[in-house]
Amino acid sequence: MQYLIMLRFPEGAGAQEGTPEFDAEMASWGRLNEELNEAGAFVTATGLHLQSETTVRSRDGELTVTDGPYAEAKEILFSFYILDVEDLDAAVAWAAKMPSTAYGSAEIIPLAGPSQT
Amino acid sequence: MTAATDALEQAFRDERAAVLATITRRLDGDLALAEDVVQDAFVAAAVEWDRRGVPDRPGAWLTTTAWRRALDRLRHVRVAEARAPDLVPDVSYDLESEFDRSSIDDDQLSMLFACCHPALAAEARMALTLRSVAGLTVPEIARAFLSSESAMERRLVRARRKVSDARIPFRIPPDELLGERLDGVLRVVYLVYTEGHVATRGPAPVRGELCEEAIRLARLIVRLMPDDPEALGLLALLLLTDARRAARVRADGLLVSLEDQDRSAWDRERAAEGTSVLDRALRLRRPSSYVIQAAIAALHTQAPTWEATDWPQVAGLYAELERHEPSPVVTVNRAVAVAFAEGAPAGLAILDPLAADDRLARYQPLHAVRADLLRRVGDTAGADAAYARAIALTANEAERAALAERRRDAAAG
Repeated sequence: MQYLIMLRFPEGAGAQEGTPEFDAEMASWGRLNEELNEAGAFVTATGLHLQSETTVRSRDGELTVTDGPYAEAKEILFSFYILDVEDLDAAVAWAAKMPSTAYGSAEIIPLAGPSQT
Repeated sequence: MTAATDALEQAFRDERAAVLATITRRLDGDLALAEDVVQDAFVAAAVEWDRRGVPDRPGAWLTTTAWRRALDRLRHVRVAEARAPDLVPDVSYDLESEFDRSSIDDDQLSMLFACCHPALAAEARMALTLRSVAGLTVPEIARAFLSSESAMERRLVRARRKVSDARIPFRIPPDELLGERLDGVLRVVYLVYTEGHVATRGPAPVRGELCEEAIRLARLIVRLMPDDPEALGLLALLLLTDARRAARVRADGLLVSLEDQDRSAWDRERAAEGTSVLDRALRLRRPSSYVIQAAIAALHTQAPTWEATDWPQVAGLYAELERHEPSPVVTVNRAVAVAFAEGAPAGLAILDPLAADDRLARYQPLHAVRADLLRRVGDTAGADAAYARAIALTANEAERAALAERRRDAAAG
């Protein structure tokens, strides 16, 4: 069963780049990714350059491409994972290990893809 | 009543949840389809068992029948086409032996933990438990929730879809999750009992089938976790409260307050069982909300009369409960106990800040208790106003009538 895990955090929360805390968190992410790989749960994951977002809409054959929208949401979507695990409890357990869950949130969405059983 | 009807009722009560759990697992978590085909199997059983006799293993018969229906449906449902090829080779699959191998208790508990999963909305958990574990019908659940049948059906459909889409597991959680999951399950069982004990609407003040179902579930949980103080506390609380059930309703259907109950009508056997479960919980020396509530219920059950109740100890236990779980419900109950231990003015003093709180303006028990205490201190006008307010906030007909009677008595002096 595959799940999309969307990671968000409130701007300014968590460790700041260049601090020992930040390096420690990065090391935690690295260990987590290794663990996910070893468990066979890792499908894909990536950070997002949200500041360089582009929006495309097509209406009546007219294509508009715009810059943004730089969500004004309280929590910024900064990364996502796709995991392949047994069930929701397993997905929750992995999400709980993600360092940003301590200061942000992890949203778990089951994938409805045809490869799902 | 025929043997077939008896067997069907017994199978429904004891094995339905286990059959449902087996089928749901085989259908990869599709609880909605599983519910439908298990329902079909019971309908088929009503006809077949009467005609051909009760099968040796009713649960296994129901499981096989439900599974055949599931395969039939999957072949016919367009959406399922992609899955049907996977499932068809399983026709020969020996589901009967799977049903026998699996423990019925474990299957029911697995279903219970799935229905009470924290990823489901709180209000959906109890509805789903009543439907999938207790086997209540949608109209019955809608009544219990004061909701329309269509709204309840939508809530259940949504909850089942989440169970299946998000793949909420059907199993007893592993040890590291068991503690936190248990809290949620106990809460739902407690609410099922409460709903039966004080039916919030309709002509019947007590709905025994909900009470019995809650006690059955609490027993199951205790079998799983025999040394958990919360689980033992809940079972003790339900048994001790339930021991008084027969005395709570008068022949004409009116609710009888604890004070006026005929104590000889209490179920002494149930009370004794509750007390021994409570003793087990107390020996673990980890006081918790359910254990304290059970201890209060035990004091009431042991008292020969209302007046002879150990009120100072009841008041002390409510104070302890208030520390564990502060709520207006607990404070109102503490006020009652204090009023008996130290006099009505002391009880009223506890209620005064609550009565001044606008958020509690619609909290019925506050006004009902306050009315009784005002009457005891001789404030006839205050009592009358409080009774009027309590009556206006009461949906249950039997309880309204009981309050109206007390109001008349108070006015008559």
